[in-house]
Amino acid sequence: MSPTQTIFPSHPPLSVKQLSMRYHHKPVLTDVSFSIPEGKTIAIVGPNGAGKSSLLKGIMGLESIIEGEVKFFGEDLNRKRLATAYVPQREEIDWDFPINVMDVVLMGRHGHLSLWKRPSRIDRDIAEQALKDLNMWEFRDRQISQLSGGQQQRVFLARALAQQANLYLMDEPFAGVDVATEKAIIELFSQLKQRGKTIVCVHHDLNTVGEYFDWIVFINARLVAAGPVEEVLTPENLAKTYGGRLSLLNDLTEQLYRSKVNKIHDEGA
Amino acid sequence: MINDLWILATASLVAAACSMVGVFLILRRQALLGDAISHSVLLGIVLAYLLSGSRDLFVMLFGAVAIGLVTAWLSDTLHRFGRIQADASIGIIFTLFFALGVILVSLFAGQIDLDQECVLYGEIAFVPFDTIYLGGMENGVEIGPRAFWTILVVFAIVLISILLAFQRLQTVSFHPSLAASLGINILFWHYFLMTLVSMTTVASFDAVGAILVVALLVIPASSAYLLAKSLKGMLWIAFAYSQVAVVVGYAVSYQLDSSISASIAVAAGILLALTIAIQLLNKRYRQKQPAKQFAPEQASSNA
Repeated sequence: MSPTQTIFPSHPPLSVKQLSMRYHHKPVLTDVSFSIPEGKTIAIVGPNGAGKSSLLKGIMGLESIIEGEVKFFGEDLNRKRLATAYVPQREEIDWDFPINVMDVVLMGRHGHLSLWKRPSRIDRDIAEQALKDLNMWEFRDRQISQLSGGQQQRVFLARALAQQANLYLMDEPFAGVDVATEKAIIELFSQLKQRGKTIVCVHHDLNTVGEYFDWIVFINARLVAAGPVEEVLTPENLAKTYGGRLSLLNDLTEQLYRSKVNKIHDEGA
Repeated sequence: MINDLWILATASLVAAACSMVGVFLILRRQALLGDAISHSVLLGIVLAYLLSGSRDLFVMLFGAVAIGLVTAWLSDTLHRFGRIQADASIGIIFTLFFALGVILVSLFAGQIDLDQECVLYGEIAFVPFDTIYLGGMENGVEIGPRAFWTILVVFAIVLISILLAFQRLQTVSFHPSLAASLGINILFWHYFLMTLVSMTTVASFDAVGAILVVALLVIPASSAYLLAKSLKGMLWIAFAYSQVAVVVGYAVSYQLDSSISASIAVAAGILLALTIAIQLLNKRYRQKQPAKQFAPEQASSNA
């Protein structure tokens, strides 16, 4: 299967220029610039408190940025809202909210609807397909509090899918999910990539980053490195990103080595 | 007898409007802001009356909404720029506004037919005596209590707003950041809800006063929150709870010859307590049962 051709090859799905963010006068991110290629999976990686989530929120305009410019397919977010789907962190969601799975997924269609329009048959079909893609169709009438953590994550991915976006921004989709969900997410990624969609994830697990993603953006209050996995996933970049935690770093280097070996092994198979 | 009907109808509409607006306050964790607005609208009513000299419904609504929105905005601003905790800044602003309202009421007591007792507690038993006339005071037709028509208009506004904007209200209540990422103007919807809260409280003022209106905003919606599986369900359950509270409260006040609005508030509180108690007992009962029926519900994390 050949990847879908890009329509505007000159405009990357997401480009960030000299972005700086602060929280109560404390700098969170300083002068971050990068742009990402279309049709790839990109991980934003860095230690706790490095500003990964803030970066994603700043990009989505959910937290204010001090300086900088963010472009989506060469345009402002307001012109590309529907083409950009955001998946918030699972902890930020009120799981006791009285709402069922289907209604959450239908929220993915809201941007396409005017104020008083109810979702049409087509919107429902799209939501149904999204739920089926994530093996969650049988749970459509469940209240979201009655789902396991992994199922909850899949509901939110289905919501993003129902939006039929071209760029997906996800805040730690792999955090605290079961093996089945992890597999479902990987499967989803490869389906989306085949359709030329771009996926950006905040990711914290260095064991899997080389395996699940094509590209990495290393962040620690500043941009450390950004590029294809094979170029930037190096001990030097890890040391720069994770600082002086050497014992940890040795482990990481070893894990990194293993995950690379695994990848080569998988590709060879 | 006809007076009893007017009182019941007014109480029923007040409770219905409050419970529906209250659902969104509870879901958005803004119960305290509802409390705040219900008090500060006093200042809005007094100012609107002093400036216009009229007790016209729309003048009152305008004054209340204006002050309600200022309360919400100023609390938020104080929190952000004064770096005072969010709940503390709400407490500061609304008590300040309420106090200003109380001072104005006592300063202009001769001109305003609001006394402090009435502002705090309301008196729904007097509602039937303040009637309005269609086509002028002199030769118009008496159409019933002012408080009834006021809350009827506001209830209609609340109901139509919720029906029209249901999807948007659901999204902004469920996850504001997600709503924002979809391009929904969450600030607009925040102030839209605050407008509904302001209108509902001002229309409930005559009947239940500034303190008990909070009970009707918060308690039926909280009961519904414990039971509901969908937003639509929560609105219906809150409505049902509010109506039962009105009927039970009215019957009790009739028997004890006590304050009607206070009895309604107490009835709402007892209904909530009963709901919690039944839920706890139910949970216990389920835990004692062999877990065969509930195990697959809890542990189905398979794909």
